[in-house]
Amino acid sequence: MTTPVIETTDLAKRFGRKWALRDCTLSIPPGKVAALVGPNGAGKSTFLRIAAGLSRPTSGTIKVLGEVQDGTDASLLQRVGYLDQERPLYRGFRVDEMFRFGEGTNPTWNMATAHAYVDQLGISLRDRVNNLSGGQQAQVALTICLAKQPELLILDEPAAELDPVAREDLLRLLMREVAERETTVILSTHALGDVGSICDYLVIMSHSKVVLHDDLEFVVESHRLLSASSSSTPALPEGVTVIDTRIGSRDVTHLVRLTLPLVEETWDITEPTLDEIIMAYLRLGTDSASSQTHVSAPSPRGGIS
Amino acid sequence: MSEKQPSILFRLNPRIGIAPYRQLVDQVRQAVELGRLRGGDQLPSVRDVVTQVTINPNTVHRAYRELEHLGLAEGRLGLGTFITENPGALTADTGNAELSRQLQLWAQRARAAGLDEDDMLELLRRILNREERVLS
Repeated sequence: MTTPVIETTDLAKRFGRKWALRDCTLSIPPGKVAALVGPNGAGKSTFLRIAAGLSRPTSGTIKVLGEVQDGTDASLLQRVGYLDQERPLYRGFRVDEMFRFGEGTNPTWNMATAHAYVDQLGISLRDRVNNLSGGQQAQVALTICLAKQPELLILDEPAAELDPVAREDLLRLLMREVAERETTVILSTHALGDVGSICDYLVIMSHSKVVLHDDLEFVVESHRLLSASSSSTPALPEGVTVIDTRIGSRDVTHLVRLTLPLVEETWDITEPTLDEIIMAYLRLGTDSASSQTHVSAPSPRGGIS
Repeated sequence: MSEKQPSILFRLNPRIGIAPYRQLVDQVRQAVELGRLRGGDQLPSVRDVVTQVTINPNTVHRAYRELEHLGLAEGRLGLGTFITENPGALTADTGNAELSRQLQLWAQRARAAGLDEDDMLELLRRILNREERVLS
């Protein structure tokens, strides 16, 4: 059994009276590109900052790369790269000056990597940060993060606000790094299209809680759409948890999570797309009726509420 | 571009609901069927694919493993992944040709019955889903 890259038990963080993160128990295996998805305010950034050692949990434990992460272990912090939208660049610096600064502050800095990446992106070492476009600044910031040669890369909405070409370039830079160094990545995003193409692990957060975390492959395999005519709705089969229900004038469709293989003849069954599954979880708890549904430990329910 | 041109340019459509690895497998299979890829052709390295399309390298590995499993490609240690010699025999064998002919007849009948392309695909999908459930 390989050591998970991130492993948490009942992790929680409270700001004043408000819980930003609750009951967070999950583990992310090494070598994955994990997507962290959820509405704004769901606790994604809080979780990522704790994982990066920038914030301390109120309760619960977190291990990163097998070590307890409390933000005080300098050698652990060195093995983790973190980047959010506040790109840590000095506006007046030139790119090579930023790199020299990175080299001076990071013992594992790889200058050849840094040079190769900006060269590939068509950014000159003589360019001043001020004069770079937003997309280029994001690329330089990511390059600095990668030149540190981290084992785990934590990215909080790395491609938000970038134009389509810049975001594509940034994500490819990231995938190239994963291909070459097998870096584990966890990134938060609102772009569901990115999840299917670049990620292979999915964590969904909603209302300060983790509602789903699994290998992307199993996510699709373990969910189905069940539909039937609303005039004669059969009982739900055993071993399904209803995540979302849509009712039309003629038929009813449930998006369900399977905990047992389906042996079922009465419902019409189709495989949902990844987007449909994610959207179903994101809708969870947006209406008061289902806000108490706790999905992280699904129990087979025979009926729907 | 001074670099060597890749033997196949992959495309990825995140919206169609087909797993990305499956899309890569299908594109190689199709290229082989159309003769654009031949026995002995080298598939682009994983590193090249991830700079071509925005895709997770693990997904590319997975697709290549699947192609090997299907007998369409073979990994050569330290060299890369290559299309197997005479891959055509695997894709266009007589069984497939017969199935394809039957499906053509079926498609004609379906069109005559007023089904459009989406209806047919949907019908096929339902049948396959039901089939899977019976098998599992």
